[in-house]
Amino acid sequence: MADSQLELFEVFIRSKRGLDHKHVGSLHAQDHAQALEYARDCYTRRSEGVSIWVVKSSDICASQEEDSECFFDPSDDKPYRLAGYYRLPDPVDNM
Amino acid sequence: MQGDANDRELEHSFLRRIGEEQKIEPKDWMPEAYRQSLLRQISQHAHSEVIGMQPEGNYLTRAPSLRRKAVLLAKVQDEAGHGLYLYSAAETLGTPRSEMIAALQSGAAKYASIFNYPAQTWGDVGAIGWLVDGAAIVNQVSLQRTSYGPYARGMVRICKEESFHQRQGYEIMLMLAQGSAAQRRMAQDSLNRFYWPALMMFGPTDSASAHSARAMQWKIKRETNDELRQKFIDQTVPQIEFLGLQHPDPEICWNAERNHYDHGEIDWDEFYAVINGNGHCNRQRLAHHIRAHRAGAWVRDAVAAHQQKLAQRTAAAT
Amino acid sequence: MSEDDLQQATLELALRLGDDALVLGQRLSEWVSNAPYLEEDIACANVALDFIGRARMYYGYAAELAADGRCEDDFAYLRSEREFHNYLILELPRGDFAFTQVRQLLVDLYNSGFLAQLCRSRDATLAAIAAKAMKETRYHLRRSREWVVRLGDGTEESKRRTQQALEELWGYTHELFEPDTLEQQLAQAGIGVDTRMLKAHWQQELEALAREAGLHLPQNDWAVRGGRTGYHTENLGHLLMELQSIHRAYPGCQW
Repeated sequence: MADSQLELFEVFIRSKRGLDHKHVGSLHAQDHAQALEYARDCYTRRSEGVSIWVVKSSDICASQEEDSECFFDPSDDKPYRLAGYYRLPDPVDNM
Repeated sequence: MQGDANDRELEHSFLRRIGEEQKIEPKDWMPEAYRQSLLRQISQHAHSEVIGMQPEGNYLTRAPSLRRKAVLLAKVQDEAGHGLYLYSAAETLGTPRSEMIAALQSGAAKYASIFNYPAQTWGDVGAIGWLVDGAAIVNQVSLQRTSYGPYARGMVRICKEESFHQRQGYEIMLMLAQGSAAQRRMAQDSLNRFYWPALMMFGPTDSASAHSARAMQWKIKRETNDELRQKFIDQTVPQIEFLGLQHPDPEICWNAERNHYDHGEIDWDEFYAVINGNGHCNRQRLAHHIRAHRAGAWVRDAVAAHQQKLAQRTAAAT
Repeated sequence: MSEDDLQQATLELALRLGDDALVLGQRLSEWVSNAPYLEEDIACANVALDFIGRARMYYGYAAELAADGRCEDDFAYLRSEREFHNYLILELPRGDFAFTQVRQLLVDLYNSGFLAQLCRSRDATLAAIAAKAMKETRYHLRRSREWVVRLGDGTEESKRRTQQALEELWGYTHELFEPDTLEQQLAQAGIGVDTRMLKAHWQQELEALAREAGLHLPQNDWAVRGGRTGYHTENLGHLLMELQSIHRAYPGCQW
């Protein structure tokens, strides 16, 4: 008989209030509730978090390598969206 | 033909990324050999953490003080955690953990040979934390710059946690070295037995290492076996001196010209003997893993069955 | 009771609670590298660590009350089977995973009632330890509850094992709710807990949970008692022999 493999979950942790949840790794669990508990046991042993998200890995839809040209390259020629594009006179430099 | 040209272009941009010190991420195109090489190395690393729970786990129920018991429990638990981080990094390459575990149990995948040495005395728990984890850290610090993103990030996390492992081991040695005559003897004996195997953890000398060259080219490995070993040898000398113990290598000697310690010959015959199954614990370690895994089969089945029942009930209710 | 007697009784209570925590922590630590999968190795170690930590707090307080130079390790490592006063249920071998989780459920549920009361102790140290332990126990109970439901409502085999564990453990639960004179006196003095008061709620919670898990609570047709007086099963001797072996082999050493 094939070995039962539990579902794969991705774990995101907010390390302190005011910060974003950050991806820290994955784990196996039966369901969301158990995944949260294991995330607590496996990824916050040193008080690394104040909040945990778990997401089924299979629910993540990721952009593909072959899409990256049409997804990301078009922003390359729009430097005017960045503050550094604009030269200001020295006296008002900190705008 | 077009496919070949396309592959060449992909490989070219892969190598350019590596050259520019960019990380390779799971969805990126990568040469199949790179994927295989990573999978071999990361899963071996994961297996080592998991099998590495055994020698020290063997002392969880016997730790000689409650403080030591708590520390050791946290430490061995970390090994399990590190195994998890690494399996998690390896799974991003598309191989499920169950397959990696099957490979470990069939002998197709390896784990670090150091764990085939027996932890015979409490001093060995100290020596393992200090020397074995110490050697592992030298290697892992280097691997924080490895080219595969999930592996590198796992290493950063592991390194952050692991320095406590080495310190608790050294603290055990320090207490023994400053303790009774019997405790000092215990410390010296453990140092003598674990020093050389710890040096062997860095793998064969560069000239004899099968996987090294390409792993360096792909920046999976960042420093050679001999470079890392030398770092470890250098850092360990003053630590041994501070303990007031005798250095196990009678030929250890500072070389001002090289700015490194010269050292005696490593017994590579022993290294290969242990790898090839003649260590004290090779069979025991695998048997333990297989026994625990089999004993847990009905639990894993129950979890899956329960999940299925819940899903069916939800479906029936809607 | 005189203040002196009260202090002596509090010391004994702290030791009993320390023994409970140490013996269960020891059993749980045996799961590390033996659990059904890696996430459970880590989770079991966390629970074990909580109990070892708890033992250290209770023994530390006992040392303070004894004020005779003894420290936590003297209590843990230099007392014999007859001097340990933990409940019997805690010293039973870890058994299979169902046995361990059913024991946890029985004990976690007991502890959550017990600690909620001990939080209100007029002994500030015991109240503080209980407040900390209470947080841990809430998590332990969440785990053991879910495991017992999962195993009871899993496969035929897991259900059989879980029901069997319940049968094997049941006779050891009675003494949890039978305080001796010392514990009753401490409860009257506002220091300890009268555990008789905890039983109804404990039983009620268990019945609800058993229904959810498809299990049934055993008949009350046998009971084994004696932990609080040092009248132990044969298991404790082996447990202590292992726990104390290195410490006792090198008398007077620091570690």
